[in-house]
Amino acid sequence: MTQLLEARDLVRTYQVRRGLFGTSTPVRAVDGVSLAIKPGETLGIVGESGSGKSTLGRMLLGIDAPQGGDVVFEGEAMPKFGTPRWRALRARMQLVYQDPLAALDRRLTIAQQIGEPLEIHRIIPKEHRAARVAELMAAVGLRPDQGGRYPHELSGGQRQRAVIARALASRPKLLVCDEPVSALDVSIQAQVVNMLRDLQDANDIAMVFISHDLKVVRNIADRVAVMYLGRIVEEASSDVIFKTPLHPYTKALVSSVPVPGKVLEGRVILQGEPPNPANRPSGCAFHPRCALASDLCRSRAPDLLAVGAGRTAACHMVQAPAVAVAA
Amino acid sequence: MMVRFILTRLFRAFITILAVITFAFVVLRMSGDPAQVMLGPDAPNETVLAFRATWGLDQPIWVQYAAYIKSIFSGDFGVSMRDKASAIHLVIERIPATLQLTIPALLLKLAIGIPAGVYAALHRQSIIDRGVIFGAVLGFTIPSFVMGLLLVLLFSIILGVLPSGGQDTWQHGILPTLTMAIGGIGILARFSRSAMIEVMGQPFIRTASAKGLKWKDVVWSHALPNAAVPIVTIVGFMVGSLIAGAVVVESIFSWPGIGRLLVVSVTNRDLAVVQCILLVVAATMVVSNLVVDLLYGWLDPRLRSQSAH
Amino acid sequence: MTIADTSSSARPDHTVFSRIGRAFRQVPFSVGFGIVWLAGMVLVAIFADQIRPYGITAMDLRSRLALPGTFPHVLGTDELGRDVLSRLIQSIRMSLVIAFGATIISAVFGTTLGFLAAKFRGVVEHLVLVLADFQAALPFLIMSIAILAFFGSSMSLLIVLMGFYGWERYARIARGLAISASAQGYAASVVQLGATPMRVYLKHILPNVASTLIVSMTLTFPEIILMESGLSFLGLGVQPPETSLGNMVGFGREYLTRAPWIMLAPSLVIMLTTLSISLVGDWLRDKLDPTLR
Repeated sequence: MTQLLEARDLVRTYQVRRGLFGTSTPVRAVDGVSLAIKPGETLGIVGESGSGKSTLGRMLLGIDAPQGGDVVFEGEAMPKFGTPRWRALRARMQLVYQDPLAALDRRLTIAQQIGEPLEIHRIIPKEHRAARVAELMAAVGLRPDQGGRYPHELSGGQRQRAVIARALASRPKLLVCDEPVSALDVSIQAQVVNMLRDLQDANDIAMVFISHDLKVVRNIADRVAVMYLGRIVEEASSDVIFKTPLHPYTKALVSSVPVPGKVLEGRVILQGEPPNPANRPSGCAFHPRCALASDLCRSRAPDLLAVGAGRTAACHMVQAPAVAVAA
Repeated sequence: MMVRFILTRLFRAFITILAVITFAFVVLRMSGDPAQVMLGPDAPNETVLAFRATWGLDQPIWVQYAAYIKSIFSGDFGVSMRDKASAIHLVIERIPATLQLTIPALLLKLAIGIPAGVYAALHRQSIIDRGVIFGAVLGFTIPSFVMGLLLVLLFSIILGVLPSGGQDTWQHGILPTLTMAIGGIGILARFSRSAMIEVMGQPFIRTASAKGLKWKDVVWSHALPNAAVPIVTIVGFMVGSLIAGAVVVESIFSWPGIGRLLVVSVTNRDLAVVQCILLVVAATMVVSNLVVDLLYGWLDPRLRSQSAH
Repeated sequence: MTIADTSSSARPDHTVFSRIGRAFRQVPFSVGFGIVWLAGMVLVAIFADQIRPYGITAMDLRSRLALPGTFPHVLGTDELGRDVLSRLIQSIRMSLVIAFGATIISAVFGTTLGFLAAKFRGVVEHLVLVLADFQAALPFLIMSIAILAFFGSSMSLLIVLMGFYGWERYARIARGLAISASAQGYAASVVQLGATPMRVYLKHILPNVASTLIVSMTLTFPEIILMESGLSFLGLGVQPPETSLGNMVGFGREYLTRAPWIMLAPSLVIMLTTLSISLVGDWLRDKLDPTLR
């Protein structure tokens, strides 16, 4: 088995009721997403709010159940949420999300919380747990005396480090990080991202890094998938996507990332409204904001197809430009 | 959207009333033979048999339940053992007497309690504030029976100016009404005060006065309407207790209202009347809670757009 | 990396008890008085048998309706010559025991229902809400009177009945806090670590909810005392030969003119006790959770 995690055609819908007496319409937060992650690699998932990236992250961990498609982890189907098998699987896959203060119990010390997975999964005999907690704290850059502190006594960056230490306690093989640094000061962001990368290398952990911030993703991801309205519109290795983006949406995103020392030029500014999953445009979901949109784009949604070595894109203009324009 | 809100509330009220009726039914059945309970131990045998037949006491429990509900809704609550009169009539004719106490008491509570609490909130740490808090605390820690007896001791026995029992003249109503009012004034004052304090501490009040509004306007148009919401809940309970709230007071002052009827009936094991009072009181509370809920929806637009809870 | 250390102490000072301990050093006089009074009442209740000068039914027929201060009856006697002080002591024990038992039953019952409603949502939640509505629809006094009427006033029934007082408050608090903990908070994150629901509730949610619940308990406790006293006053609560504070006031009513102390002594105790609990409860609430009101 070469893939650590495989997701096939994931679909997640929720019901939205229009007004009080209207019928409820299903809204697709995730609309047919497939991806695969190898052991030790980092996949960055980029998109704006409403793109479904957080939902996708939770589905990969089995927290949100898919209405369509499936997730296979280490060759086995993902067990249902809340079952003992699912709980046992938590030792091998963990989630770090945006707000570390909400993720921590304000009544327990940091050390107690970092050690909690060890208790839950009965990983090491009691006598050795304190040593492991100390080890984890050192690995994330927390001082030993901070173990006795309470969450609100630490800074945001320190709290997130504690959350990460807790996530790593059971030596998981997969770490899903959903906007882990968005709530932190910019100066701390870089520190935490670098720390994540070092930890990943040292422990051979695969990571799914979800963010709306391209600068951060560029730093840490091996491959990047760009999401728009519940679908992946482009996927390629990190270097390739940032140097030569193909999909118009990716181009717009990449063009807005400032590069130090250079004037920001060639910036593509998107027209139109930000996407609303409840009100999905016909055909290609991006066409209302796309400068290249043709009739084909407006009528038929493009599939995610290979457009080069090891890269895919979902855009008629990219896949078969001549055909698309003529249509 | 209002329609949905109203419908949900009505539905819940209906379910609650059904639950109370079921409760009464269960209690009635569990405590012994309903025929004996409703007709009394000296009822002649034929009456007992006839009763059992009408109520289907030999039938399966679901049939009995249905028969019970039917009789409730048709106003048949059984017969009082003491007077051989219909229980529901007995109860209804006592309602005015109780209201003669509870309505003036409620008015007193509103007229004194709310202004006192609001005033105290607006003049924190002043003598009045401290006085109001002290008075309020006294008001609700002294149980009503103690308060009643103390008032009797003071006004009837020591001073001799007010009568201590019965319902002969309007002066007879003064002490009981006062007894009821004092506790409620304390509760309302305390509540209004803390509701006002909470509202006054909100940022939008500062904004309102920063806009240049006169203080009077800030209080009347901005603070009070918002403080009204929690106050309305408490008042709602008090309205709901208009019938039920005088049990102890009526006993102390031998006032012939529903409360006294209840206590007397319990002592005489006149259970038909007890059951009847139970249902009438529950119905009143449910209706008044419903009105409060609807009033809420009107007062606070945020609540309207939520469905039931 | 240098991280500015802005926290002042490393002492873990966030359990409920250590916070109370810290607060004790800054106690206002009235609250201090309340605490002393309550402690006194509890001691009286525990050692009632030892400190009581006479049995509660012991009749000293030579000194009936004796004034307080008449040796050897410190608080006087009632119409049957029974020592008021002894009966008062026993009543304190009775009322406190009932109130304690009922408060705990009510808190456990209410919290459990609240947690169940939060965990299972759907039908269970609606059921709990309907029960709460039902409780709110019937004034507790009336319902208690009705039940006591039908089933007779036995001690165990009385305690269980009082135990139903106020459960809906705990249920509402527990449900609200459990839901907000689950939605985006630490409870969700512990579930995500692989914890069983039991562990989530017992090790995480309950301790966080505890301080709010304790405050709620200090509010319902005096109300239960008042409720039970009211019932006993009406003759429906604690039955003779047992005696409770409300009981004594009820008996003392007959002799209001001739021997007011029979009624005044228990009344004073009721007032001071409920006052103390209210004062201490308010103060505790401000200390433990200023966001509550």
